[in-house]
Amino acid sequence: MSSEPLSVDILTSPHVKRPMSTNAIMRNVAVALAPVALFSIFAFGLSALLLLSVATISCVLTEWAVCRLSGKPNTVGDYSAAVTGLLLGLTLPPSFPLWMVAVGGAISIGLGKALFGGLGYNTFNPALVGRAFLQAAFPVAVTTWTPPFVQGRFLACIPSTLAFPFLKPTPVAEYIAAANIDAFTGATPLNLEGVTRLADPLDLFMGMTSGSTGETCAVLILLCGGYLLVRNMLDWRIPAGVLGSVFALSGVLHLINADTYPGPLFMVFSGGLMLGAIFMATDMVTSPTTALGVWIFSILIGVITVVIRLKGSLPEGVMYAILLANAVTPLIETWTQPRVFGTTKKASSTS
Amino acid sequence: MAQNFVLGHTFSHGVHPPEHKKGTRTEPIERLGFAPTLVVPLAQHIGAPAKAVVAKKQEVARGELIAEAGGFVSVPMHAPAAGTVTKIDLALIASGSMAPAVYIKVDPEASQEALEGEPFDIEAAAPGDLVGAVQQAGLVGLGGAAFPTHVKMTVPEGKTIDTVLANGCECEPYLTCDHRLMLEQKDELFAGLAIALKATGADRAIIGIEDNKQDALALLRDSVPHGLPIFVAPVKTKYPQGAEKMLIKALLNREVPSGGLPMDVNVACFNVSTLAQMAALLPKRQGLIERVVTVTGPGVRKPGNYLIPLGTPLQFILDHVGLTDDARQVILGGPMMGPSVSSLDVPTTKGVSGILALTQKELDDRPKQVYPCIKCGSCVEACPLYLNPSLLGALARKEEYEAMEQGYHLNDCFECASCTYVCPSNIPLVQYFRIAKSMNRERKAAKRK
Amino acid sequence: MAVLGIGLSSILALANKKLHIFEDPRIEQVDDLLPHANCGACGFPGCRAFAEELVAGDVTPGACPVSSSECVATIAGLLGIEAGAREKRVARLACAGGKNVTRMRANYAGLSTCRGASLVAGGGKGCPWGCLGLDDCMAACPFDAITMDENELPVVDEDKCTACGACVLACPKHLFSLHDVNHRLWVACMNNERGAAAKKQCEAACIGCGLCAKDAAEGLIEITGNLAQIDFGRIEAANMDAIQRCPTGAIVWLDKEQGPIIGAKAVEARQKAAAKAAEEAAAAAAAKQETA
Repeated sequence: MSSEPLSVDILTSPHVKRPMSTNAIMRNVAVALAPVALFSIFAFGLSALLLLSVATISCVLTEWAVCRLSGKPNTVGDYSAAVTGLLLGLTLPPSFPLWMVAVGGAISIGLGKALFGGLGYNTFNPALVGRAFLQAAFPVAVTTWTPPFVQGRFLACIPSTLAFPFLKPTPVAEYIAAANIDAFTGATPLNLEGVTRLADPLDLFMGMTSGSTGETCAVLILLCGGYLLVRNMLDWRIPAGVLGSVFALSGVLHLINADTYPGPLFMVFSGGLMLGAIFMATDMVTSPTTALGVWIFSILIGVITVVIRLKGSLPEGVMYAILLANAVTPLIETWTQPRVFGTTKKASSTS
Repeated sequence: MAQNFVLGHTFSHGVHPPEHKKGTRTEPIERLGFAPTLVVPLAQHIGAPAKAVVAKKQEVARGELIAEAGGFVSVPMHAPAAGTVTKIDLALIASGSMAPAVYIKVDPEASQEALEGEPFDIEAAAPGDLVGAVQQAGLVGLGGAAFPTHVKMTVPEGKTIDTVLANGCECEPYLTCDHRLMLEQKDELFAGLAIALKATGADRAIIGIEDNKQDALALLRDSVPHGLPIFVAPVKTKYPQGAEKMLIKALLNREVPSGGLPMDVNVACFNVSTLAQMAALLPKRQGLIERVVTVTGPGVRKPGNYLIPLGTPLQFILDHVGLTDDARQVILGGPMMGPSVSSLDVPTTKGVSGILALTQKELDDRPKQVYPCIKCGSCVEACPLYLNPSLLGALARKEEYEAMEQGYHLNDCFECASCTYVCPSNIPLVQYFRIAKSMNRERKAAKRK
Repeated sequence: MAVLGIGLSSILALANKKLHIFEDPRIEQVDDLLPHANCGACGFPGCRAFAEELVAGDVTPGACPVSSSECVATIAGLLGIEAGAREKRVARLACAGGKNVTRMRANYAGLSTCRGASLVAGGGKGCPWGCLGLDDCMAACPFDAITMDENELPVVDEDKCTACGACVLACPKHLFSLHDVNHRLWVACMNNERGAAAKKQCEAACIGCGLCAKDAAEGLIEITGNLAQIDFGRIEAANMDAIQRCPTGAIVWLDKEQGPIIGAKAVEARQKAAAKAAEEAAAAAAAKQETA
């Protein structure tokens, strides 16, 4: 009674899918970072280009090598390593020696991601793990700043960029002097904050100051974040929470004592806060999934950033703030699991 | 004109898959002829299978009783066409297993007229009689769940029903049979609601319709019979609005307790097709023998809504509507929850509201690569029951099936697949949940031994 | 410092004495002798629980199928009890439908597990009862007793199998059951279809012809639902007569070394089918060549 059937395929439901995939998300983040990277190359020249390239290549190579060695299928195609590399490069000063960048990239992926089990299993933002390692291992190099828009920046590197591995990098003082920029002392606006009120928030906003490769142009970062928001690949609550809480807390402190504490606009636009809030803190793997959890997470980052900047001995607090919040994310998630439909809160609590 | 008891109009979370209803919602329902052989499985509903009361070589009339109910949670079966019973044997059903069925060779001259029984006076009948009559009609939930309707209408001691809901949402993409039914059989729908009101003792009835069916909303609003406490309410078009828990939440803002039934919040919810059939079958004590099915999809040449006798093999239906050359997959129901069938010999049953044929293109469009969970939280935002599918998926990977049930409400999940629909990593979440539920059932069965 | 040390240690010593829970020291001794597979085959949740039951005298050491006979004897000697009856049981698969004899009805794509596949329209195999060959049983076996053969059918190693029951639970088609290893006559099929319909689904299916029932001892085999079923109460009477006339090889004799032996008639039928398949494949290849 059975007729010869046409070749039938059976699959499990659902038979339709929303057209958004993980590697599309990663690709879009890379695309969103491109203008920021391009601006940084425009501002800092050849060194920035080499820095970003080496960071990206180092991360991708490390991931490829780890997959090869562990016998697992190659995951480089999901673009997450490339994004990590770009982000790592964008948080480093343009004068950072390339060999140190390569080490940082390997640590980011090796320690920050592969050790935990790869994409989706890491607790900490891999780029920041690399950055934190570099901060600890090479404290001088990572805080050596050079001015933007130096003449001849596309033709020659900053001297310390091409430093030979394990040798002390060439000091940049002469380079800075030769650049002949008035009143530039090799410090970032945050460094200078305690000394003189140098940076105008508008300058900070438009990227006319020195700093790490990618953190200078706040307006561009905001626009790129907006692109991701429109494509529904960014959780708006995290930047809102981080920037909002930084603004609020520093605003309150500024009102209490305008001399000791800088203004909220300055706090929001200076340093790596914009880049951190929009591209680092929003990393999906390391941030909570629940609605309440996301708010707690982002406000925590903002508060810790302000505290470190104002009361800690470091000028920049975003990196550590995000890493600390990442560490607390599993706990935040457990505590903020929402009530299940048809239950009262007590009944649905799980430990 | 109607008093508005409606609160909310929607529920939280949910997803918006593309509707694909344009091809069939404007076509009137067309009657399909009889296939040469009808295969009527004895278990077309949740509960105990029906028991055959006919024998091989017996001649049956259309609408004649061929199997009686196998218990309280069971319904009888009636012959969908006049013919001869060739055998009572195993038949392949949609789930892939073989189950007992009555094979009927249809008379070439068979007419559409169905057997009529003694007239049944609905006005004079007591609620208990109404419930009994509904069972004898073989009525089950025609929205897809196929739960015996009379069980829903049986109100146990200590419980009351204050509202009857008529589910006209039809949230699955592609399906339009309920929509067409509301436009073409509104009088039966209202009559069915009147029966349901009387049987359950409810004070009022609300017909919930998604707002992508404006014509049905307008027509029904203007046609509510005088004196009946029936209200027509729009709800936001969203998937899975048609799930009864979600409809109750949207219309009345009541949450059915976890592990409970709508009865626990004093509601009885019926599909509009079920109610229309109730009114059509009860007056002459007839049995359920046919239903409207949306046959559609890119693999179908003539999509539309067809009135199809139960037990019609899919091959016959698809020959009639024409399958394209690149058709590769046939699904019963909608694309979000509908199961694939492994053979076109499978017959239609009471719960089949749609037949969807998908082509090679749809298969190719389905992403193949599965990435690890990136904790994006899309599934958490999509789940209408506020579960945590990513956590459940992680537990399923580690085969912690008991933990899923005990700590994380696995059994609340009704497999709407909203989570799987949105997952950017293409993790087959709902398949994991089905595996988990199946393993938990096995373990419990093994323990009982 | 010394006074504090002495003080605290005295408290500890006192607590140890006062709060000590007496436990029969034999439990520890027996527990050390057990294999610690924690498979649950004895019916208790783990080896420790089994040790406690042994010492309590509620069970005999023979109930552990994983322990060697010497081990059982040692435990029995230690506790001064009977070793207990030890019939070696093994898991047996009621399906012979490897990919050489069966045909697929549909192509399954999705999670590559038997349970996942069986939930999607039964998995797409021609025979709705048959083994799907996606390794759930092999993965579930804690003793590595199950391997998949070249036809994607599981093979149970009788020596390694301890009848713990993990495969019985894992198989979504419920094809595994536990039997005495000495019961060699076996119906490797669960198909309830009759005759040609069954054969169309799988060449090794039981077609319900009843020849085995006729040839075997009186009442040993019964045909129910078109499937031969062995009455294990009379299994002592089983011999290889029953398999000789089986036309499909559904009923087999499980030899320890050779594995399942099928009757002469079935061997012939399979050879013919293989030849036919080869012919058809050659013809198809030739046709392809021409059109190319």
